[in-house]
Amino acid sequence: MKHLLSGADLDAATATLILDTAAEMANVAGREVKKLPALRGRTVVNLFYEDSTRTRISFEAAAKRLSADVINFSAKGSSVSKGESLKDTALTLQAMGADAVVVRHPASGAPHRLANWVDGSVINAGDGIHEHPTQALLDAYTMRSRLGRIAGLHVAVVGDVLHSRVARSNVLLLATLGAKVTLVGPPTLIPVDIGTALAPGTEVSYDLDAVLPTADVVMMLRVQRERMDDSYFPSAREYARRYGLDGPRMRRLPDHAIVMHPGPMNRGMEIAPEVADSPRSTIVEQVTNGVSVRMAVLYLLLGGLT
Amino acid sequence: MTESYLIRGVRVVGAAPTDLLLRDGVVAEAGHGLTAPGATVVDADGLVALPGLVDLHTHLREPGREDAETVESGSRAAALGGYTAVCAMANTSPVADTAGVVEQVWRLGREAGLVDVQPIGAVTVGLAGEHLAELGAMASSAARVRIFSDDGHCVADPRLMRRALEYVKAFDGIIAQHAEEPRLTVGAQMHEGEVATRLGLTGWPAVAEEAIIARDVLLTEHVGSRLHVCHVSTAGSVEVLRHAKARGVRVTAEVTPHHLLLTDELVAGRAVLGTPELAGTWRPTTSYDPVFKVNPPLRTASDVAALRQALVDGIIDVVATDHAPHALEDKECEWAYARPGMLGLETALSVLLAVVGERWDLIAERMSRTPARIAGLTEHGRDPAPGVPANLTLVDPAARRTVDPGELASRSRNTPYAGMTLPGRVVATFLRGEPTVLDGKAVK
Repeated sequence: MKHLLSGADLDAATATLILDTAAEMANVAGREVKKLPALRGRTVVNLFYEDSTRTRISFEAAAKRLSADVINFSAKGSSVSKGESLKDTALTLQAMGADAVVVRHPASGAPHRLANWVDGSVINAGDGIHEHPTQALLDAYTMRSRLGRIAGLHVAVVGDVLHSRVARSNVLLLATLGAKVTLVGPPTLIPVDIGTALAPGTEVSYDLDAVLPTADVVMMLRVQRERMDDSYFPSAREYARRYGLDGPRMRRLPDHAIVMHPGPMNRGMEIAPEVADSPRSTIVEQVTNGVSVRMAVLYLLLGGLT
Repeated sequence: MTESYLIRGVRVVGAAPTDLLLRDGVVAEAGHGLTAPGATVVDADGLVALPGLVDLHTHLREPGREDAETVESGSRAAALGGYTAVCAMANTSPVADTAGVVEQVWRLGREAGLVDVQPIGAVTVGLAGEHLAELGAMASSAARVRIFSDDGHCVADPRLMRRALEYVKAFDGIIAQHAEEPRLTVGAQMHEGEVATRLGLTGWPAVAEEAIIARDVLLTEHVGSRLHVCHVSTAGSVEVLRHAKARGVRVTAEVTPHHLLLTDELVAGRAVLGTPELAGTWRPTTSYDPVFKVNPPLRTASDVAALRQALVDGIIDVVATDHAPHALEDKECEWAYARPGMLGLETALSVLLAVVGERWDLIAERMSRTPARIAGLTEHGRDPAPGVPANLTLVDPAARRTVDPGELASRSRNTPYAGMTLPGRVVATFLRGEPTVLDGKAVK
């Protein structure tokens, strides 16, 4: 495997290897010197066409802990804002000898295009409304460390599935790892044919309360308030009432169930503060695990995942 | 002095071999064993003669985007594809919304002299969908515009569409509608369905096309005018048209070669074609390749099947290319930022042969006779016979060609068929008795 563009690029064995490697990497974070020499002399470029401080610093921390040289290339204040094409940017990075390009882009498929034009590894750090595979890996890692397994889990992914790259990558990876996924949201925010488009057996429900009692994991997606301006739902208040996870709803979950959120949260919209701050919430762990998982991905892609 | 051409042993629209003598711009004689001292002999053994093809939907890009195509380069591409007349769409820069611009395009076509270039006029000023353009002035200009279209944009305002349909009755005009309800396609990138969901590209629902066609056939019936529907792409549109035609509405419709062969799976890099065996070893090289981005978008295999049946049944009247050249930088980019459109002129006939086989009468009807009639091009669309203007093309049905973008006459390279092996080859094309193509090569 050369690139990581999609959750579909990972078979069960490869995904498990990444998660196992991430567990090793997590040990490094507990040491006094949080650094490995694995990628010394290698260059990782963070190519970000969208503001995403969280994801960028997570990749940056991961690369630095592996001793790679990190170049941050932001679309703002660079030649990109002067109208340079993605291809010309790719050729520039190629000429500078980038071993890996971590790309965040507002256009779905941009990392796939980029992979045609550079020799190094391309890691999709979120493309449009398409995918965000390292988020799915860190979510899987979090589930495995909290619940001890992934196969057989029932995962409810709740909210704006239509515009969510997190949801698509999770559906693909969780199916590969043997979990059952139910997508929950208002019909306007559930993509056409999603039950069959990504993974057979993916279920869809418009009724959150009906899904919660059998869920091992509830993954709340960020919902932008502005979606109501496009009539995806009538108001933030009605959305929160029907699809928000509040205290009473959380108590419908089995005792062992966990609550996840990729961040950033809209407290009071899709998730109540009481839930976000509860012991079930894994939100802060997800951030920590993100660094370990991204270390594993960089290490395996650049260090020879054969 | 014009040369005479004696075409030996050609099968006119697939009939038994005969000879044709072209002289003084017309077919002078037809029959076996013709002799014509001084005439250039064209050996047409095994070739089929078709009335010169007529394209109702061509983007020649001039004026404004001469880097992508010019009237001359597009005319050459057309002649090589077997065309003798093309209708040039109005979305140039400046827009062809005045007598001045349509006359300029018409004159450039005459100067190139490779096909007859019949300008289409814009329906609304600047294609903005707000005010009627001076349709009458364009109709009475030297270009004698008869078809009006805002192609690329839908005339979405129902009142404006009604007025346009009514107004052109005064000069036997026709409104060619780009059927796309813009409020249903905000941000749309590809056909709404399973593939779009998988790729995270905003869906372009079939109903956005079907709703406009349904509205427009009712408006057309109400005001007693004529409507032509551009590039029909969905099975649902076919049903709306079937219903309208059964009611006697004066509506005609076109389909593009690409909508008869290609599917939305190509966007995901999967070679799913309406003719599966044609794929062979052919594969798209990558996913999200904007060479497959087009408006309306590539649809599903069941839409392709419905369009093919509609073409055979006559619910769809015409094959039109929607030849849409684009500069490299407008395609070599992110999918969402790429311009929609595909080349078509040089491959249309081969695609049709792949889709319907050697049904010569059907091909002549859908690619020449009917489009000529709709466009009012009385010199075109007539089977070669004594006294008929010598606008015809000779096709070798046995030939196979592998499409090489670098060999195309168009200034642009955005063919979706690169590397695909297609049946048939245009050997010669004659415009008023003069060859524009001989031995498969452009004469000028």
